[in-house]
Amino acid sequence: MKDIVKKVLSGDPRAIARLITLAENNDPSAADAMKEIHPHTGKAHVIGITGVMGSGKSTLIYELTRRYRKQGKKVGIIAIDPTSPFSGGALLGDRVRMMELAMDQGVFIRSMGTRGMLGGLTSAVYDVVEILDASGKDVVIVETVGVGQAEVDVIKIADTTLVIIVPGLGDSIQTLKAGVMEIADIYVVNKADRAGVEQAVAEVESLVDITCSEKERKTPILKTIAKQGKGVKELVKEIENHEKYLKKTKEFEAQRRLRYEAELVEIIRKRLMNFIFDEEQFKDRVEELIDQISKKEIDPHSAAGEILGKILK
Amino acid sequence: MEKKIRVLVAKPGLDGHDRGAKVVARALRDAGMEVIYTGLHQTAEMIVETAVQEDVDVVGLSLLSGAHMTLFVDVAKIMKKKGLDDVLIVGGGIIPEDDISKLKKEGISGVFGPGTPTEDIVKFIKKNVKK
Repeated sequence: MKDIVKKVLSGDPRAIARLITLAENNDPSAADAMKEIHPHTGKAHVIGITGVMGSGKSTLIYELTRRYRKQGKKVGIIAIDPTSPFSGGALLGDRVRMMELAMDQGVFIRSMGTRGMLGGLTSAVYDVVEILDASGKDVVIVETVGVGQAEVDVIKIADTTLVIIVPGLGDSIQTLKAGVMEIADIYVVNKADRAGVEQAVAEVESLVDITCSEKERKTPILKTIAKQGKGVKELVKEIENHEKYLKKTKEFEAQRRLRYEAELVEIIRKRLMNFIFDEEQFKDRVEELIDQISKKEIDPHSAAGEILGKILK
Repeated sequence: MEKKIRVLVAKPGLDGHDRGAKVVARALRDAGMEVIYTGLHQTAEMIVETAVQEDVDVVGLSLLSGAHMTLFVDVAKIMKKKGLDDVLIVGGGIIPEDDISKLKKEGISGVFGPGTPTEDIVKFIKKNVKK
């Protein structure tokens, strides 16, 4: 394990890839490695990107990455797609728009399935951000699953969260209000060459006016045409401005605390669930209890109480 | 948690026919695998680099232009050079019978022609995956 950690810290792609796999599979050795990795983290700026399906997230990431590379920055990309709850399989296709980056040694891209997690992320994403960070990436970009309603978990992990919208959503922006539209540090109206762009910007503006009226920083709204690379330079600048703002206002510390809290909760959740549902001593009892619930011999709350009682004693 | 089989489905070379690759990608997903799809026109080097970063167990190559003897073999050679010995390589497309044994010698362990039931490919991968 020492060897793989050393290689990760030196930026070796195979070691990075292998450690990510171990973390993703909940391999017990991953926890040991992550212990060595953690002291080397905290340097990378983490950008979260969320938005509806087909809004151009992957293309925008490609364009952002090209610009960061020109600045000499190393980039890690985590692209998350949904895992089928039925087969457990996943089709991970975000790379299609990023293949031009495949031969660049300063870019590491990893595609991940959600593997049962809701909220647009995957359970191991915290580890993967730390691994890429420790491997020397200056920027880590996390692309969430593109559905557009509940994919708000990304704010827990990202220093800067971008919400991508496209013209033509019309009134549907209103319906997004309660979730995705509250988490942006920067709004991006992509595909700005399409009809209805001004209306989309106006809708977001009116929303920003309501949500930011009491805040020091007003969430900026940018127009991009990612396919042509238009507006991306301005977006890079705006992300930089946000990073400066975070550091100036101490919000940065608060943001990072939020990430570590979420990570801690997720690790505990995962280990607890594995303990209850995978360990031999509980497995059979859990199955029995489910049968009993089906037969109305016990209610689900009491059954949960029994299992938790066993652990907590 | 059980380990998932990760497969890279890639199209090397210049032909633009990706129907077959997509059908196979979907079948593998439905069999519970994580399938990374890269799109068209990949060089052998790009495919191997992607296989490294994605830490896949299987590389599946699809090609209908007839250049499989060069491109499939190139991928296998670069993978060998990089030490990716534990990755299973399979290929599909319009491949003459005579070439199949040659490809197998070069490290493309499974070769599947048109009309192969997708279940056969799934079975082959599950049986032969090395990691």
